[in-house]
Amino acid sequence: MFFNVLLYGSLLVFFVGLAYKLITWFSLQIAASQKDFKTGQRVVQCIKGILGAVFSTRILSLLKAFVADILVQRRILKEDSLRWAMHMLIFWGFMLLLLMHGLEKWISEPLFSGYASTANPFFFLRDIFALMVLAGVGLALYRRFVLKVPRLRTKAADHYAIWILAVIMFSGILLEGAKILSHREFMRMVQDYADTDDPDEVKALESYWVEAMGLSSQRVHPPFSPETLKKGMEIHEMSCQSCHASSAWAFTGYAASAIMRPLAKKLEQAGTVDILWTIHILACFLGLAYLPFSKMFHIIASPISLLVNSVMDQEKSHPANLVTRQVMELDACTRCGTCSLRCSAAPASQSRGNTLILPSEKLQFLRKITAGKKLSEMELKVLREGVYLCTSCERCTVVCPSGINLKALWSNVREDLIEREPQGEALMLSTFSFARGLDRSGPGDVQEDKPLKDAWRTVIEKWQPTEQGSVVTLPAGPVSEGILSRDSGTFASCFGCQNCTTVCPVVGMYEDPESKLGLLPHQIMASLSMGLGDLACSAGMLWSCVTCYQCQEHCPQMVEVADILFELKNIAIRGPERSPSSFSGMNQSDRLT
Amino acid sequence: MKFAIFLGCNIPARVKQYESSSRELLSRLGIELVDCREFTCCGYPLRNVDYKAFLLSAAGNLAFAERKGLDILALCKCCFGSLKEAQHRLRENEKLRHEINELLKESGLTYEGGSQVKHLLSVLHQDVGLNALKSACTERFKNLKIATHYGCHALRPSRVTTFDNPVAPIIFDELVAATGAASLKWHEKLNCCGAPLMGINDRLSMDLTQKKLDSGLQAGADYLCTACPWCQLQFDQVQKRMISLNGGKKPLPSILYPQLLGLCMGLDLETLGLNQNQLEINNIGSFLTEE
Repeated sequence: MFFNVLLYGSLLVFFVGLAYKLITWFSLQIAASQKDFKTGQRVVQCIKGILGAVFSTRILSLLKAFVADILVQRRILKEDSLRWAMHMLIFWGFMLLLLMHGLEKWISEPLFSGYASTANPFFFLRDIFALMVLAGVGLALYRRFVLKVPRLRTKAADHYAIWILAVIMFSGILLEGAKILSHREFMRMVQDYADTDDPDEVKALESYWVEAMGLSSQRVHPPFSPETLKKGMEIHEMSCQSCHASSAWAFTGYAASAIMRPLAKKLEQAGTVDILWTIHILACFLGLAYLPFSKMFHIIASPISLLVNSVMDQEKSHPANLVTRQVMELDACTRCGTCSLRCSAAPASQSRGNTLILPSEKLQFLRKITAGKKLSEMELKVLREGVYLCTSCERCTVVCPSGINLKALWSNVREDLIEREPQGEALMLSTFSFARGLDRSGPGDVQEDKPLKDAWRTVIEKWQPTEQGSVVTLPAGPVSEGILSRDSGTFASCFGCQNCTTVCPVVGMYEDPESKLGLLPHQIMASLSMGLGDLACSAGMLWSCVTCYQCQEHCPQMVEVADILFELKNIAIRGPERSPSSFSGMNQSDRLT
Repeated sequence: MKFAIFLGCNIPARVKQYESSSRELLSRLGIELVDCREFTCCGYPLRNVDYKAFLLSAAGNLAFAERKGLDILALCKCCFGSLKEAQHRLRENEKLRHEINELLKESGLTYEGGSQVKHLLSVLHQDVGLNALKSACTERFKNLKIATHYGCHALRPSRVTTFDNPVAPIIFDELVAATGAASLKWHEKLNCCGAPLMGINDRLSMDLTQKKLDSGLQAGADYLCTACPWCQLQFDQVQKRMISLNGGKKPLPSILYPQLLGLCMGLDLETLGLNQNQLEINNIGSFLTEE
């Protein structure tokens, strides 16, 4: 009764959770800029898509992905063999336990006529599978806490996943051990299965079980006479053997029973078998009920993502399915950290103190946004930098063991994030914008593209002189502790020959360059010499510089013109309030806890 | 000869043919390449924003190559330029080097400056040598006129990159000439391709590109030749878009140097990836004649 209530209760929670997840897959979208589809439309398109893939040659791709990516987990193997071993042990151990042992009533019993949980090979296999899971859990703990795999961050969800498995396995093994020892269990089996109720015969059988099966008895004690054992063995062979292999076959439980043996009497009195059984099934049912809401949901979502990945195409697939796929992918992420380990921009995450540059961390925030959670201004700012500070190398997408199309996630979210920020994102004024520019079909510039215009205007306006005069004044002449670093002090040697401006290919593009570029390169050098750093920082020239170094190469005075422009850009973006500190510290304020 | 190959971010994502053709070519020429998955972005895109973040990124790669005891071979000129810049700065500025090394400790790395950084073209020109290249060619181009595009970040600042003479460079011209093609004199040869402004100021970026294309066409070029993914994307993908926007203009398609040389060496077309270029360049084969 207790068991059934729990079973159906947790199944109910599980299915409600699953339904909730499915509803979110078909109703949410990761970016407002994506085309709106009604849930019904998305479901219909999804069914069409699935049927289209199954009833075409693409079924082969699906089968291939099923075997290679889901059963063999090739993508994990490619990354790291230790991790593959860990995951294969847990995956196969857990799945086989679930099918053979957890669902024995529905699978093992109908399938195998002689099935009994205590009969071999099942008795032995159950322990093998449990040991596999435990070995995998051990490797997981080792990777996280001893090896400390770089950029693998452990949060509550990861602890939960590891510990729920560990509790299920350990409680199962201890339960098995306690049952081997338990006299009460023995008597129950005698009642149910033995062909005799003659007390002498039962005693003989009990003696045999104490001798050979690890039973702990307060009634009979070794040494036993050979006759008693022989008799016991005969009854055992007649009544027990066909469904109960020797306890030693359940080697983990047998080992546990050996450890518990000195306490056998007390354990029996305390009803340990029942306690452990309760813990074991409670843990299983908790795992089941909570599965749709935990990291373990990847058991369902990741294989779906891998299958989808093998047949979907950004160009050819129906746009409604692309929207649905992205929401589903958020659930397929296990935060395994592979993308972050391989992320090209990872060093920037360290120096900018922004963990959201790392893909796996960024994705967790996308989850929040997609679920409709309101992020604070600070969180949005950090997330926006995290999304934009991406070299679009696509490595994250290539290596993701769950087959998530991360690059598509980033580019969809990127537009949303930069659109909604009226102050603009200064990172847009860097070559991080190159991939975004390539994706565009028409031309865009700071006047036509609103987010770009916002970014450009905000940076320039920060440096406009106020009514009180200059925002920042610089010491004239060579600077040591001024706004520019010591390395950029060469501007002081400028004697105004204008070579830099003459050779500048950008200046050469305009009839009237001053009106387009603000200050020309030689004027920027002159401003610095006059201590007008704010003027230099407000020059549009900075953001039209192609960094071709013609100016620097042609300077007769060895002024490092292009390098100075680079540094001015850094300072201009930081803004007057955070300068002069150009080389003195990292971006501490962007640090997220 | 052995190098750690540095692919950067653009090539694996958008100019795969540059990688496949270079790998095949270099292996035929006896250069062994080692792949380091630990390499990250060279730092180049960070330079506009945060110099120190740039430096840490570049230094991490250099330090990693150093630990492996390998010199770096870069295919991208911006990666090459960035890594050279970082080496230069870390050599000149001891305080900065100390600061960066403190940060590198987190990844268990130290930068001492023990690895060289070379660009593909320098390796072909200096380490393999023109004679070896010529003898590796089974066919040569005839009557093919190439507008060779040097790429800014390899050439300049010359004090830092030490790639070639910044005003009158010859390396790339000689490499092109080794295939039998004529490397033209053209006015815009040493100027920027326009890529650094793509996505920031597309119009200016495309105007700069157009100026280069016009200059190349005016000199009578059949093709541009590049050895950098940024330049190549600009002359290929962006030029294609420019044509669709402006209509009618005669294209000046661009070929990557390893594709050009690979054709003469008889590498298979799949590896050379001519079809992966967005502007049609398959006709270039018609300029080939047997030795």
